[in-house]
Amino acid sequence: MATVTAGGKPETRRGATGVARRREALAGYMFALPFLVLFVVFTVGPVIAALGMSFTDLRSADINNPLAVQPVGLKNYSKLLSDESFKQAVLNTGYFVLVGVPLTIVLALAVAVGLNSGITRFKTFFRVGYYLPVVTSIVAVAVVWRFLLEPNSGLVNTLLGYVGIDGPSWLKDETWAMPSLIAMAAWRNMGTLVIIFLAGLQTVPAEMHEAAAIDGAGAWGRFRHITLPLLRPTMLFGAVITGIGYLQFFEEPFVMTQGGPLDKTLSVAYYAYNQFGFGNYSYAAAMAYTLFLVIAVVTFLQFKLLGEKD
Amino acid sequence: MTTQTRDNASLVTTTEPASRRKKGARRAAAGEAHPQPWIYAVLGAGLVVLVGPFLWMLQGSFRPNRELQQVPPSWLPQHPTLDNYRQLFQVLDFPTFFFNSAVVAASITIGNLVFCSMLGYALAKLRFPGKRAIFALVLGTLMVPGVVLFVPLFVLVSNLGMANSFPGLIFPFLAGPFGVFLMRQFILGLPDELIQAARVDGASEFRIFRSIIIPLCKPVLATLGILTFLTSWNQFLWPLVVAQSEDKYTLPVALAIYSIGEKRADYGLLMAGSVVVVIPVLLVFLALQRHFVRGIAMTGIK
Repeated sequence: MATVTAGGKPETRRGATGVARRREALAGYMFALPFLVLFVVFTVGPVIAALGMSFTDLRSADINNPLAVQPVGLKNYSKLLSDESFKQAVLNTGYFVLVGVPLTIVLALAVAVGLNSGITRFKTFFRVGYYLPVVTSIVAVAVVWRFLLEPNSGLVNTLLGYVGIDGPSWLKDETWAMPSLIAMAAWRNMGTLVIIFLAGLQTVPAEMHEAAAIDGAGAWGRFRHITLPLLRPTMLFGAVITGIGYLQFFEEPFVMTQGGPLDKTLSVAYYAYNQFGFGNYSYAAAMAYTLFLVIAVVTFLQFKLLGEKD
Repeated sequence: MTTQTRDNASLVTTTEPASRRKKGARRAAAGEAHPQPWIYAVLGAGLVVLVGPFLWMLQGSFRPNRELQQVPPSWLPQHPTLDNYRQLFQVLDFPTFFFNSAVVAASITIGNLVFCSMLGYALAKLRFPGKRAIFALVLGTLMVPGVVLFVPLFVLVSNLGMANSFPGLIFPFLAGPFGVFLMRQFILGLPDELIQAARVDGASEFRIFRSIIIPLCKPVLATLGILTFLTSWNQFLWPLVVAQSEDKYTLPVALAIYSIGEKRADYGLLMAGSVVVVIPVLLVFLALQRHFVRGIAMTGIK
């Protein structure tokens, strides 16, 4: 009897915690289940399916008839390499990202440093104002900008006319169409980076600036040698999220130029959408996956390059 | 919900001046000069460039088309008119587009609030095998671009019979990875003792979630709700792909299609359409802007 009670007590306790454990795990799965079902069906599944599709000849006609779909190996990818429009789209997307990301970062950094320079009046007002375009629909913004950039009746060329500049027909000019889209993208997206940089600037210890100022360092020197190095992780993060967004640009050319003039503003995402519209589903998937790979590699490289210098 | 949001806003307001004062004192101690007036001038000029296009849009929407093609343009409407809005709402079907946008954005928002807070809680506070794998899977898709998803999603949605329907517009976005990440980060910071105490008192796991976790999550739910609503309201590529007949267009789809179609030169109408897309969002943003800043700071910096 004594052995039974002695052995029984710890056993029931262990049993009790086991039950509690199992109950907790069960609750965990119950809480996770609704999300996971939707997530697997509508996100994970399609991500894998897109890769699978890109190795087939799936077209719009096959959509309800999966048996008609044939595997074609890497044919879609090899077709990409010889597709002149795709090459142009890659060049345009590169142009958009390589000019757009640094431009957006520099503008946002300048505004953030300005807002952080000890101004007290209107600080919230400025912060809200600079963030305003971020929350608006790109489609609406692109429509408004097309109106601003109208060659004769547009506001931009009217203002340029006041200072004696005869502005070009921005969106119809092969040279100026892409810079116009980039300027608009920087205008719309800098607000996010302003907020992120402002938060990053809070982590720069005021004592370091004070000490450097006592040692006779000027404002520019302190910015270069104290603020910039300490802000590196924040800038990296900003570059990555802006870069990921810009690599996928689509609405701007869709509304403003339809990819023209002469494919000069055709982006990879827009070209993939066009191919989808023509019914070339597997080709569009191959293009989208290529873009996805580039995004993954660029993200990785940016972390590697900028992250290691700390 | 509204009162709670306001409470939070006022909470933040009351704490802010204190931190500002401290910063100001520090600066004064450092012997730094008062901010130069030129900083205000530069920031102000920048603000004009940022906000100017919206004002131009607004005044353009009240002008007849003839006046908008005038060279050079006049600064203010000479013959202000509501004709553009009348055309949007009476001749074109903008009430339907507005309704579609509202239904889609509201459904997606509610779905994300429910499903992301549930999974976020499980990932933050419950122990179960496979938890790490689930979190890694969710994080891994944060970076997946929409352009990768739209072709297979369209095939899937068509096969489910949901093309050109509200479920087709809504279902793919009911459970987003961003919300899980945001909720998990926030719930991780809540004390475990609260949950343990409730368990000792015999509360069920669902009860703990419903009566303890959710009330504490109100600020982060507000942030997630606003961000999700705006993202969905502004979403373009997927609605463009899945909405095939005009009665299922959302506002951005309708605006984009009109702007490149037969109405492409009718700027009065297009500006009024842009106002309808943009202004509700700007009002929501201006009223609740503190939540945005917190959302970005939380996900960006943490």
